[in-house]
Amino acid sequence: MSNTALNQASDAALVPDNLKGLVADWSSDVQTFKVRWSKAMMWIFLVSDTFIFGSFLSSYMAVRLTTTAPWPDTSTVFALHVGGTEVPLLLIAIMTFILISSSGTMAMGVTAAYKKQRVRTGVLISLTALFGLAFVGMQAFEWTKLIVEEGIRPWENPYGAHQFGGFFFMITGFHGLHVSIGVIYLSTVAWRVFAGRYDRLDDYQIVEVMGLYWHFVDLVWIFIFAFFYLW
Amino acid sequence: MEPNKPFIHPSYYPGETPEAEHPLSLYMSVWILLFVLSAFSYMVDYMNVEGYLRAFLITIFAFLKAGLVVGVFMHMAWERMALIYAITLPPLFLLALVGILSVDGAFIYYIRDLFMSVTAS
Repeated sequence: MSNTALNQASDAALVPDNLKGLVADWSSDVQTFKVRWSKAMMWIFLVSDTFIFGSFLSSYMAVRLTTTAPWPDTSTVFALHVGGTEVPLLLIAIMTFILISSSGTMAMGVTAAYKKQRVRTGVLISLTALFGLAFVGMQAFEWTKLIVEEGIRPWENPYGAHQFGGFFFMITGFHGLHVSIGVIYLSTVAWRVFAGRYDRLDDYQIVEVMGLYWHFVDLVWIFIFAFFYLW
Repeated sequence: MEPNKPFIHPSYYPGETPEAEHPLSLYMSVWILLFVLSAFSYMVDYMNVEGYLRAFLITIFAFLKAGLVVGVFMHMAWERMALIYAITLPPLFLLALVGILSVDGAFIYYIRDLFMSVTAS
């Protein structure tokens, strides 16, 4: 194969985007992903992270199937007192809405970054970081309430199957760690956006790559919310 | 090459879709849809829907939301097939894990029920 042919094969415009193109992209000694490596590597990292959370949730399912003691009723465990009545899962619902809002501001931030609007991008990323901070704060409140007031421990709890605590702290803790790291990531990039770093580089790609990470954190929460809190 | 700019080979991302093509209204409608779907899953709990219907609704709403986030917010819908399949196919192996573990879990429950007699009465 001549050099010209190689270059042609790596040009996305010349390779059809169908099954033939799929085979061509993965063979012929050309670059497979026709995106920049920062983006491709973030996606590959997110796949590995999917397996971590997937294994957590699968093992949670496996253990929950085996317990002969009843599984704690999440809608009462996570209920909040509001004006004398118990509202089930209220805090979790608020946390869900906060994280979805942060995903929205992040998506708009990425759009602004494509247009290289410095201030708009910076403000939207900062807003996303604030939503993330609010989420972590509410999670800290939730953990404190469960540990101090309700006596839930990784090894025992008063509501039912003792395995509940271990899975709760492991899964939400690992997700909370992702949100916390995301807040640091967002703050760093927001700082650099405001400082004009990406204007000097004339390259806002980092904002898009960070957006992938942040949306993934929201994505994981969707499944934790569904399978841990609601199921 | 200017010292301040990183060198980016022109063949790095020749096929990338210019993102300016996506109107803001698309993101807005997905955002609203995510709120609505979350409200729906919350209502499943609030209205005490139980049993298989509960499991079915919760799963459907979760995967719809996941599809919207991955497809639109993470731009997966506009990527090339080579990237889409490399990212979305491997996690399907988790389904095999879930299948194996549910058979195993049911068996362990059966054995415990039989010999530990925790629920027997």
